[in-house]
Amino acid sequence: MNDRAPIEVRPVVNESGLEVQPLYTAADVEASGGLEMLGQPGEYPFTRGIHPLMYRKQPWTMRQYAGFGNPHETNQRFKYLIANGQTGLNVAFDLPTQIGLDSDDPMAEGEVGRVGMAIDTLRDVEIAFDGIDLSRITVSLTINGAAAILIAMYLAMAEKRGYDVTKLRGTCQNDILKEFIGRGTWIFPVEPSIRLVGDTIEYCARHAPKYSPVSVCGYHIRESGATPAQEMAYAFCIARAYADDVIRRGLDVDEFAGRLSYNFNIFGNLFEQICKFRAGRSLWAQIMKEEYKAKKPGSMWLRMIAGGGGGGLTFEQPELNIVRGAYYALISALSGAQTMALCSYDEAYTIPTEYSARISLRTMQILIEEMGLTETVDPLGGSFYVETMTNRMRDLMKEIIADVDAQGGIVQLIADGTIQARVSEQAYRMQRDIESGAFPKVGVNCYRNEHEEDHKVEFHPYREEDARLQIESLARVRAERDEAQVSRALARVAADARAGVNLMPAIVEAVKAYASVGEITREMVQVFGRYREPIRF
Amino acid sequence: MSSTSVARAAQPRASERRIRVLLAKPGLDGHDQGAKVVARAMMDAGFEVIYTGLRQTPEAVARMSLDEDVDVIALSSLAGSHLPFCRKLKTLLEANGLTDKLWLIGGNLPAQDHDELRALGFTGIFPTGSKLDAIVDYIRENVR
Repeated sequence: MNDRAPIEVRPVVNESGLEVQPLYTAADVEASGGLEMLGQPGEYPFTRGIHPLMYRKQPWTMRQYAGFGNPHETNQRFKYLIANGQTGLNVAFDLPTQIGLDSDDPMAEGEVGRVGMAIDTLRDVEIAFDGIDLSRITVSLTINGAAAILIAMYLAMAEKRGYDVTKLRGTCQNDILKEFIGRGTWIFPVEPSIRLVGDTIEYCARHAPKYSPVSVCGYHIRESGATPAQEMAYAFCIARAYADDVIRRGLDVDEFAGRLSYNFNIFGNLFEQICKFRAGRSLWAQIMKEEYKAKKPGSMWLRMIAGGGGGGLTFEQPELNIVRGAYYALISALSGAQTMALCSYDEAYTIPTEYSARISLRTMQILIEEMGLTETVDPLGGSFYVETMTNRMRDLMKEIIADVDAQGGIVQLIADGTIQARVSEQAYRMQRDIESGAFPKVGVNCYRNEHEEDHKVEFHPYREEDARLQIESLARVRAERDEAQVSRALARVAADARAGVNLMPAIVEAVKAYASVGEITREMVQVFGRYREPIRF
Repeated sequence: MSSTSVARAAQPRASERRIRVLLAKPGLDGHDQGAKVVARAMMDAGFEVIYTGLRQTPEAVARMSLDEDVDVIALSSLAGSHLPFCRKLKTLLEANGLTDKLWLIGGNLPAQDHDELRALGFTGIFPTGSKLDAIVDYIRENVR
């Protein structure tokens, strides 16, 4: 049999562009750089996890995205999710709130409370979190353009309820640079937008040191068409842009880096995802240690929420998305994420109903209770394939970062639309590959049902009535507040925006006077102007 | 608030008139990956595409459709506010004499809304899962 020719196999390249071999051995690990970057869990460079015991000590936080209608309804959904075992909240805001418009703004018509909860003033935040123990349940605010205002409202609400804000934990997404690439809830031009992120980081470092003011998102960059390696590399470039802004203000890296966190996407090849996370964890540690001279291990930790992304789910045969979600959760657990959220199976149809949100929650609970995922740290560590691919993904991310730096840096490449054009070109090619069948997608280009019957997806209802109630509630707050106090506070926001000092103290004063999201945003727009999209193909 | 910057994706040759498409993102929805993918497919098909960018009001869409003298008015909506937007836009397109143009909408459009969209005049409805070539072919076959 020795004279037989070797079996020819079709070459396979993963989405990031790396070749996948049919077999890996110790020699491949060695050729890719060996186990130099592996280390132990809880030790630099943290490839195997940021804590020594990981889930053995505490399982990941379960934080499904939720919010709709007015604050009363959202408060009920929060309580429902907590009663079902959810351990954190991930707050969805409606689009007017996200881009700094009040519910009674003409541009907000038809959008109030539609894709998230409407927030106009501090009163709404008080209602939304009423009866929820903020020392037990950590809250993540998914807001970016108006993040400084919502962080101020959240801290003011907690303070009013008697919590010590120097001990308060929680997270705000507050990653505006990725909004210019995907998601699109920008308000101000690029430079003042970065300044505002820097203001929140600086303010929290001094006044709410346990609060995580920014969660840098690779997630939406991936949704917009980036490869897994680009997702992580671009997110690191963005995090460096924020860190540079804060360091220029005179803060030491160890004063704030420990509160930076990340939000990443999961869909596609299972091993590519796991290696992406292991590679990224050690690369971020290396960047913080070598480039930023961080001393505290916490400053080097890549803390992340990693969940199943909408980009992997399908409109066709939506119930298959429950299966995909389970694999995405498995990937997240095998990758050592701190927090997990899954897009619900009805993602392509509607915002999650109670039913679909519960299925996502139960998916994660099955992994914890039945599958042994919390018992052993980094169970894939030492696999020839996983270690080789982790090394290769890390090298690739380094190349992408070096390339961005050589082209003028991430801020410039986002401001002039280069990154947007690059990822949308990739998204187009991927869509063509899915339509031609070159990139298989079950239920879409293969294994389609012969008769696509009407899918039994229950829609989350949108009630116009909720928008009317929200507008009435805003009018009542305006009638009851001290207008002179509001005017003084708003004037200070404008003055501080012009003076270039940290805007957070002025914003905190304004929200405590019950100034609205729209009113505060307007003051800033008068100074900063509005962003204009560079449209490039 | 509405962006007036537009991308002329391809220049028409003097000898022939290409199909001109206004591709707009209505309302506050920020999901533009799909719109940009569709824009590229239309450009590859030889259409001239004027992509508006995010946050267009019905008034802005009607004005640009008139100013740019387009054959096709296409919307991409993924955040659920398509019906109130299209109701307003219909009135404005009619008032501006744009009823002879082809009106299209794509995105996250639940099946139960299709009848009303069609009745409003949006004859080309391309919900999530539609193929790029189906959109291009529909325009070629139906543009007046």
